Amino acid sequence: MAEYIKVNPMYQDRIEEVFQTNINPEIVLEFEIHENDFVNSGKGSAELKVTIKRLGVDPAIMRKVAVAAYEAEINITAHSRGGVMTSNIFPDYVHIVFQDRGPGIEDLSKAMTPGFSTATDLVREMGFGAGLGLPNIERNSDIMKLDSAKNESTKLDVIIFFH
Amino acid sequence: MTLRELAEKLEGEVLTNTPNLDVEVPCAFSSDLISDILMCTKESTLLLTGLTNPQVIRLSDMIDLVGIVFVRGKRPTEELIEMAEERELVLISTNFTMYRSSGILYQEGLRSCKIQ
Ligand SMILES: Nc1ncnc2c1ncn2[C@@H]1O[C@H](COP(=O)(O)OP(=O)(O)OP(=O)(O)O)[C@@H](O)[C@H]1O
Ligand SMILES: [Mg+2]
Repeated sequence: MAEYIKVNPMYQDRIEEVFQTNINPEIVLEFEIHENDFVNSGKGSAELKVTIKRLGVDPAIMRKVAVAAYEAEINITAHSRGGVMTSNIFPDYVHIVFQDRGPGIEDLSKAMTPGFSTATDLVREMGFGAGLGLPNIERNSDIMKLDSAKNESTKLDVIIFFH
Repeated sequence: MTLRELAEKLEGEVLTNTPNLDVEVPCAFSSDLISDILMCTKESTLLLTGLTNPQVIRLSDMIDLVGIVFVRGKRPTEELIEMAEERELVLISTNFTMYRSSGILYQEGLRSCKIQ
């Protein structure tokens, strides 16, 4: 498996803590994402946004969470065989895990390049395929970790702090 | 400019059953690329687009859209109009092209939304 990781230097000292497995989120939201389901895709992100809104998260942060989550949700719909989005909400951050069922990403640095896209014509007709989704996720998250390889599943961790 | 005024300037048809069209529109953005729209809208925005699939409405769950203008005679399905009404999102259809619609609104003083 190859790994791509980006960390906002401000939160460098929180990495170990957020990737610990024995921590309990206050709220967990789980959403099934189906391959090519462009009618329902995005509902998980919308629900996540509503939930953190209720917690009083700042609108600018709310927008970052919604945009990053939505791009990741659409990527699973458009490029994979489907998967699960799990949003783990803690008092001062959200950790969203996107786990799909393959076929994986062959070259992570290529996938991260603005403008690179393997989207089909059908997906492009719907307004996707600019090759800006992953760069958009990177811009909007404090910690982003992408793990994948050809013929493997893809796992994406998105962490956004509330303050 | 208000939604009502801009619909008139575009000789457009308001598709949603919207009680209040006298809402001020702060700025606008024209695009057919979803990622581009997500990247560029940081404030309350009017979107001009040729896209008419459900994801265009879904976008308004993530970002702050005041309304959507469908250009070049594009019309969304009834289902989409309902989706928009649930969200109190105004949908307008115009026969003008994206270029012409953007030009008219810009000339009338509707600014481009701030990017970055
Ligand atoms: N979950 C995934 N599984 C397999 N491949 C993926 C996945 N996510 C992204 N990719 C690959 O990375 C490429 C770049 O993704 P990115 O989100 O940046 O652009 P896009 O989805 O093609 O277009 P846009 O997001 O602008 O609509 C995709 O075209 C695809 O090849
Ligand atoms: Mg994408």
